[in-house]
Amino acid sequence: MSKILVIAEHLDGKLNSSTARAVSAAAAVKPEAIDVLVLADNVDAIAADAAKIDGVSRVLTVARAENAHPLAAVLAPQIAKAADGYSHVFVPSTTFGKDVAPRAAALLGVAQLSDVMSVEGTHTFKRPIYAGNAIVTVEAEPSHVVVATIRTASWPAAASGANNAPIEALTLDVTLPSHTRFVELKQGASDRPDLQSASKVVSGGRGVGSKENFDIIFKFADKIGAAVGASRAAVDAGYVPSDLQVGQTGKIIAPELYMAIGISGAIQHLTGIKDAGTIVAINKDGEAPIFEVADFGLVGDLFKILPELEAALG
Amino acid sequence: MKILVGYKRVVDYNVRIQVKPDGTGVVTDGVKLSANPFDDIALEEALRLREKGVAEEVIVVGIGPADLTAHLRNGLAMGANRAIHVVTAEAMQPLTAARTFQKLIEKEQPGLVILGKQAIDDDANQTGQMLAALWDRPQATFASKVEIADGKATVTREVDAGLETIEVELPAVITSDLRLNEPRFIKLPDIMKAKSKPIDVIEFASLGIDSGDHLKTTHYAAPPKRSKGVMVKDAAELVAALKQKGLL
Repeated sequence: MSKILVIAEHLDGKLNSSTARAVSAAAAVKPEAIDVLVLADNVDAIAADAAKIDGVSRVLTVARAENAHPLAAVLAPQIAKAADGYSHVFVPSTTFGKDVAPRAAALLGVAQLSDVMSVEGTHTFKRPIYAGNAIVTVEAEPSHVVVATIRTASWPAAASGANNAPIEALTLDVTLPSHTRFVELKQGASDRPDLQSASKVVSGGRGVGSKENFDIIFKFADKIGAAVGASRAAVDAGYVPSDLQVGQTGKIIAPELYMAIGISGAIQHLTGIKDAGTIVAINKDGEAPIFEVADFGLVGDLFKILPELEAALG
Repeated sequence: MKILVGYKRVVDYNVRIQVKPDGTGVVTDGVKLSANPFDDIALEEALRLREKGVAEEVIVVGIGPADLTAHLRNGLAMGANRAIHVVTAEAMQPLTAARTFQKLIEKEQPGLVILGKQAIDDDANQTGQMLAALWDRPQATFASKVEIADGKATVTREVDAGLETIEVELPAVITSDLRLNEPRFIKLPDIMKAKSKPIDVIEFASLGIDSGDHLKTTHYAAPPKRSKGVMVKDAAELVAALKQKGLL
């Protein structure tokens, strides 16, 4: 039978919802037990949150001052040690999980699965490659522990509230390195939603024409409470900084609503938005490839249409 | 200080990926191949560190078939001092790639290894982290800014919560994110110069690495297709449609 260890992600003493998503994936394996491991300096509030998640059997905590910040070099040896006796170790595929899981896997001497999007069996999984342009089925040998990151966009957060799993403190005999030190975390100061996790995204492309013109995209995004993105062409042209780039080499996003404004729809852009719920395209060229994937297309001048949309929204 | 840079060849980011009808892989024959974009950024960062006088030598490392030479020449034309070509016809999983780098590190003793945060073919995002673990050295992944001084690297990392800065003792592994820099273009005279730069060729089999591939990819499939939607005639119709779906 399978026993799964889920590594909790947390920030500022709060459990991140990515943890409950990883628990969902763990439940899909139909294991005998799902334990959540909380590595932190102050574990209590985080552990209490984790104990409420449906399907969690136990919450294991390691409270150490060194665990105050999520440094992979510090956490990975503890995860590798705690993994003893488990058939699977699941970590959310966030920057936290992507940083720490491969390091833990290498310490365990095992390969790692990235971005598990579906569970087909205890040791059979599906994951995207080529930015989601192909989906592969991967089989893991049951003789090795399966270390996997869980693609959060593919899994709903497991429900929370009805459970009251026991919380147990764990003592791990591990020497931790001091070669890596946390300096600071600057959290996004913008009032706009974060591009990676926003439910609505409005992106502008080369058709916007200039840095100054991009204000029309920001203004419309603010009107509907959306994050702002951009195509590579717009970034390369210097209209916006590259952290707004959506696409294969930028951010791969899956908002409920994606509005592509003045974006022709190069392949590298389309691969970044293929998991969006609803795609809207506004472009003056009716032949633009973006219309091939758009749920709603509108051909016309974006400088005329955006004010009209704002007016229609009231 | 020496800097080792991972320089992987992948299907160009502008190619529309096609899954073979029998599900055994993706079509790579006759498809344009290029340097992994994140590896170009990794190489650019190494070159800038050399130009600042932080490093003396930049070595690009490629793992792949015999015809990888032309690709490595591009890395040399960009400015690397020399290249190491680990020859194998087999596709490489990240753990095996990390073990390969570990072997090269034993020989080269670099002060820094810079890899792309992920390759845009398998999207694994693992090799740098695994290498740092095997090497028992620090890792600074998803780097958007790197400063080296006094035997330490101060690295700003692009994390979901914002920008995290960490300090790591050297030697260390850094993986590059998109915002780290903009890679330079290769100029014609550099291509000529690159022809005389050395490429060390090492047979993968001679390294004695346990491939440890206990993950087997058994099937490739195309993702579910998005069906073509509807064209609306004006802004009012669009707003109505989005409101009906509860999106506005």
